Amino acid sequence: MSVEYLTREPIDAERLLREVGDDGRGGAVLFLGSVRRGEEDGPVVAIDYEAYEEMAAAEFERIVAQAREQWPEAGLAVRHRLGAVPLGEASIAVAAAAPHRTEAFAACSWIVDQAKHRLPVWKKERFEDGATRWRED
Amino acid sequence: MQASEHRAAAAPATISVTCRLFARYAEALGRDELQLDLAAGATVADAVHELRRGAAGGVVPERPLAAVNREHAAPDTPLRDGDEVALLPPLAGG
Repeated sequence: MSVEYLTREPIDAERLLREVGDDGRGGAVLFLGSVRRGEEDGPVVAIDYEAYEEMAAAEFERIVAQAREQWPEAGLAVRHRLGAVPLGEASIAVAAAAPHRTEAFAACSWIVDQAKHRLPVWKKERFEDGATRWRED
Repeated sequence: MQASEHRAAAAPATISVTCRLFARYAEALGRDELQLDLAAGATVADAVHELRRGAAGGVVPERPLAAVNREHAAPDTPLRDGDEVALLPPLAGG
């Protein structure tokens, strides 16, 4: 089955929850990471996400496979959005469902951390005046 | 037997790898891909060293994050002819 991990469209969170849902999984956790504007960031209106796409997809695949080894009963779904993501919209989504909430929270949190550390993705802030800046954090 | 000896004798003294650049590195250098010819037995660190001899010296650090054939790779990872080496600015996904 081919899974689409990267998308240039808004992330459909409901769809991720449907993908991981199952009658035997009583706990579902959804994490959405969205473009924010902190006081220190200035007038950011959007962030452009760029990826080494072939590797990002392969790395997501490896992360999900490793998560399945740790939480074999969990249903897992991940997405990273690329291109211009407006303020307030999600750039990353991770859904995890498991028989009990403890596993669902743990799997979701682990995948988000791994994605942050391992995905070859970069972001460029776009400001109100049209200026741009690579952001590395 | 003879065939394998023949292959060993024909092993190239140099290898050619594709070097891919992303985000800040690609923007600063004005290109996102180039071919690098390296000595057989070269590592990721050797590829970085070769690249930094040119315009990338002021852009790519001595020990950047790197990937070989779409997997994260340490500086001492050996390269083979035809490999894809990617130099990755600090990751900022999520």
